[in-house]
Amino acid sequence: MLARRIIPCLDVKDGKVVKGVKFRNHEIIGDIVPLAEKYSEMGADELVFYDITASSDSRVVDKSWVSRIAEKIDIPFCVAGGIKTIEDARIILEMGADKISINSPALANPELITELNRRFGQQCVVVGIDSFFNKEHNQYEVYQFTGDETRTQKTNWTTFDWIKKVQEMGAGEIVLNCMNQDGVRQGYDIEQLKLAREACNVPLIASGGAGAIEHFIDVFQQADVDGALAASVFHKSVIEMEELKNVLINNKVEIRPC
Amino acid sequence: MANQNSNAGKVVIIDTSCANLSSLKFGIERLGYQVEVSDKADVIKSADKVFLPGVGAAGAAMEIINGKGIPQIVRELEQPVLGICLGMQLMTEFSAEGNVDCLGLIPGQVKPLQAEGLRLPHMGWNTLSQISDHPLFEGITGQDYFYFVHSLCVNPSEYTIAQCEYGQAFSASLCNGNFMGVQFHPERSGKSGARVIQNFLEMKA
Repeated sequence: MLARRIIPCLDVKDGKVVKGVKFRNHEIIGDIVPLAEKYSEMGADELVFYDITASSDSRVVDKSWVSRIAEKIDIPFCVAGGIKTIEDARIILEMGADKISINSPALANPELITELNRRFGQQCVVVGIDSFFNKEHNQYEVYQFTGDETRTQKTNWTTFDWIKKVQEMGAGEIVLNCMNQDGVRQGYDIEQLKLAREACNVPLIASGGAGAIEHFIDVFQQADVDGALAASVFHKSVIEMEELKNVLINNKVEIRPC
Repeated sequence: MANQNSNAGKVVIIDTSCANLSSLKFGIERLGYQVEVSDKADVIKSADKVFLPGVGAAGAAMEIINGKGIPQIVRELEQPVLGICLGMQLMTEFSAEGNVDCLGLIPGQVKPLQAEGLRLPHMGWNTLSQISDHPLFEGITGQDYFYFVHSLCVNPSEYTIAQCEYGQAFSASLCNGNFMGVQFHPERSGKSGARVIQNFLEMKA
């Protein structure tokens, strides 16, 4: 049976892995390649590298580390951050990334999703969505340029309309980052992810809020997501990969053992 | 690591220009083998083991490899050839993805995966079933997970040497004489995938 995926996310800033709370106050966690190797050996199913500065300050992701990672690890990985053109994507995929993830550039130009799909295939086109629950409007809203708080802005898209749109355009996977939960380790946003699941026929990855093993059990059992992404709980060894996977297996979640 | 008793010989990845060639190259190199990437007939023909990688859409891929004259080179090969993912699909006779004629090295056709309401693409780690005693799967059991990412598949047939299930049973691996293929990505499938690559490289021609 297809296993649910555990996906450590490594936020990259100026060539280092960093972690911020609610997208702010980044602290350095370590160097990219040794951390990638460590997570791969620990039993991660996939890795995401997200250059959190790239989209907001108009740089393309610094690519030199992509091939160094591809050389070392034997699990799939995705690169996100500032990929705006077919050419940007081609370079990153050629260096050995398995997928590319686009977020703000997809909002600026949804056609890009279709173009990437046609050129490289649906399987490597991931769309990241930063979603914030607006209590005033009582709806989930999509944000862009979240890597830089001075430029972060609300778009006109509601989250579930955008989820439908990116699938129509040819996305192969959706990572839904629930901003209200990000970095606070209070659990995934199960309610929102359930609604997203109903709207999503491609693999759906939950992001934002993981703080304890129970949160992973909940998100797989209740929201039926294909993968769960997390950062700080792994960086700070709050959760050990092997224990996490064993507990999930004991709770009848289909998981690739370490 | 490779030793002097290795059966691998000269290893070549066919440069299909439509695939993630570097991750396969790195995967082979991590096992201690040297490997060359080439689209030249003499280099490919002189290899002891040949990889046919592929990623993306079958129609576009066939256009590229037809343009390079690769089908003619590959059809004449007598040494072990391993197609990976789309590379395996291209080894069959026909793909519904773009309705294109493929290389015809292994009987069979590529059709959309009937996932029975499950999400597509079939993306992630899955186990195998009906694993044959073919040397490609030496040491591999139903407990090993492999990384799959695809929306089309080849139905099980007499050429299937391992199956996988996702809504339907499909060919995780095909073999017709010296032509072999795997639907999963062994270079991205941890230790289990590394074992399959090593099995292929150490196979006696």
